[in-house]
Amino acid sequence: MNAQVTPMRTPAEMKIAADYETARATLAGQHDVARLRDNAFGLFLNAGLPHRRVEAWHYTDLRQALREALPVAAVPSATAVLAQGARLEALAPRVEGVDAVRIVLVDGFYISSLSDIARVPQGVSVRALADVLEEGAPDLIEALAAPGLGSGDSVLALNSAFMQGGVVIDVAAGTQVAEPIEIVTISTNDEAQSLYQRSLVRLGAGAKLTLVETDATEGAQAEQRNVALVVNLGTDAVLDHVFVPAQSSPASSQVAHLLVTLGHGCDLSSFTLARGGGLMRRQAFVRFDGEYAKAQFSGSNLLKGRDHSDTTMIVEHIAPHCESREYFKFVLDGDATGVFQGKVIVAPGAQKTDGKMKSQAILLSDGASMNNKPELEIFADDVVCGHGATVAQLDDEQVFYAQSRGIPKPEAEAMLLEAFVDEATDYVRHEGLRDMLTAHIAVWLAERRD
Amino acid sequence: MLEIKNLHAEIDGKKILNGLTLTVADGEVAAIMGPNGSGKSTLSYVISGRAGYEVTEGEVLLDGVDLLQLDASERAAKGVFLAFQYPLEIPGVTTMTFLKASLNAQRKARGEAALSTPEFMKRVRAGADKLGVAQDMLRRALNVGFSGGEKKRMEILQMALLEPKFAILDETDSGLDIDALRIVSEGVNALRSPHRGFLVITHYQRLLDYIVPDRVHVMSAGRIVKTGGKDLALELEKTGYAGYIGEAA
Repeated sequence: MNAQVTPMRTPAEMKIAADYETARATLAGQHDVARLRDNAFGLFLNAGLPHRRVEAWHYTDLRQALREALPVAAVPSATAVLAQGARLEALAPRVEGVDAVRIVLVDGFYISSLSDIARVPQGVSVRALADVLEEGAPDLIEALAAPGLGSGDSVLALNSAFMQGGVVIDVAAGTQVAEPIEIVTISTNDEAQSLYQRSLVRLGAGAKLTLVETDATEGAQAEQRNVALVVNLGTDAVLDHVFVPAQSSPASSQVAHLLVTLGHGCDLSSFTLARGGGLMRRQAFVRFDGEYAKAQFSGSNLLKGRDHSDTTMIVEHIAPHCESREYFKFVLDGDATGVFQGKVIVAPGAQKTDGKMKSQAILLSDGASMNNKPELEIFADDVVCGHGATVAQLDDEQVFYAQSRGIPKPEAEAMLLEAFVDEATDYVRHEGLRDMLTAHIAVWLAERRD
Repeated sequence: MLEIKNLHAEIDGKKILNGLTLTVADGEVAAIMGPNGSGKSTLSYVISGRAGYEVTEGEVLLDGVDLLQLDASERAAKGVFLAFQYPLEIPGVTTMTFLKASLNAQRKARGEAALSTPEFMKRVRAGADKLGVAQDMLRRALNVGFSGGEKKRMEILQMALLEPKFAILDETDSGLDIDALRIVSEGVNALRSPHRGFLVITHYQRLLDYIVPDRVHVMSAGRIVKTGGKDLALELEKTGYAGYIGEAA
């Protein structure tokens, strides 16, 4: 390849470059796909891993955190798939009260034999990313590339270069999918590894879907994940999305991208529950292309020990009359670090934009820290935009009040924290998934308490 | 029986209680009156176990149990209840959830089984009806958006449910109009029992028209400076506290 190679600065970057050279010939996709990968890798080579002097990554120094690059996960062997299949129900119990149609990924790769393919509803198609890349249909490749979203981000570029696992889900126009589709990720986790995965979910006009991403990885091996979900919503489409990433081992890192384009009148609700486990960055790039669309992004970050969780959102209003909401909660204990960066961009023509963002954090220890950076870039004159950020401690008076009624201090704190976090969970519209989240939150609070 | 012996307490190095001695027998309603800054609220917090107060000397015993060795929730389980002057708002926790958590935490601490939901609901509903607490308030976040009167009624409802051995009412009359004062007082009077002591802290004699005390103590500069019958409150209403401030010094 002819990309200008600037001197690599860290062993991790050099290892990634070597891995790409090795993997290049075998990664799925010809011609356009190969070009897409090479261009993306060229971008990565020029920029390197992001570090604190890269403004968007100031609070999450990935170059510092990635001392070494772990080997790239291979397609799991038939034996590994069987082994995971045997443990599937134990590792990933079905969400109680939610009759989800399951799509199972092992080490990021779609395994149809473990998935509920017979139950995939009419009007919905599920394909492995690798198959779609091999086919090379131009419209799909372009959709996967998500042009204009996150351009210049070297970690997203790395995902484009290496993407191999993942699925492409298409919901035909007018299809209202009753049961949620659940994408379950399991890592074999026998050895420390890195994993690059990209999925695409497209909803045709008037389609409706509930999508939940869960993770059943158990194991102590470190993982470096770089995953992306691309979402294209057609006119009047409705998507409810819930993402519950793994609680990985402390030496792990995860960058989870969300790349969204919204058509006219569509309605998106997306919630992320981060429960810590090493370094996590949720970065979302969102663009309103059609008028009268609404998107609500919310989430809770429950962090302790040396957990680091970063939510970074760039929401671009191109079309007028759209509404965006961002509402994130952070509970920080131990030496944990939270980051919220929200940027709302309102293009010159995007009049009547209504964009708001809010981040609220509770610090439970002296060692915990929270960084908030809201930004508004407004080029239209008739808009309503705002942001708010609070960082506080638990209210001693409220804790004492509960104690004075007989509730022991750790339980009083857990009760108040649960109430704090629930304000975000309430934005999840699917009752069964809301209950699932509440249960996860209760487990985290109980672990912290005990 | 609550026995307070030679209690000295300070906050941030500032001495608030200076050798306070007080006994409240079972079944007795004791009123504590005194000027602003005399330490009345501090006394209520020290008995109930709020953090931040340092007891430098003295004892607080409830039925012989040394309360000062226990944290606030343990004291509650032993039967101490404090009706707050300014009840806290607890956003996101419904009143029902809070009441249930409180009652069952105390029962657990005492080694009793948790109440079944139907039994719990029955008790809450009965208590709420008596105090004119609307059922929909029980489904709302505790005290959030409640009026002053509603908050005080909620305090009394909690007291009724928790059935304490010893209840402290801290300025329960503050912020109440006459009707609310009557309802709250009736709620308290209904809980008077030969097995339960009360400490009623108040600025004004008015509350004591409704909750008639067995004994009135005057507090000044962190000590009890005079003790008398219910007529003492009437006398104070006429003369004010001026005569007592000097006595403590």
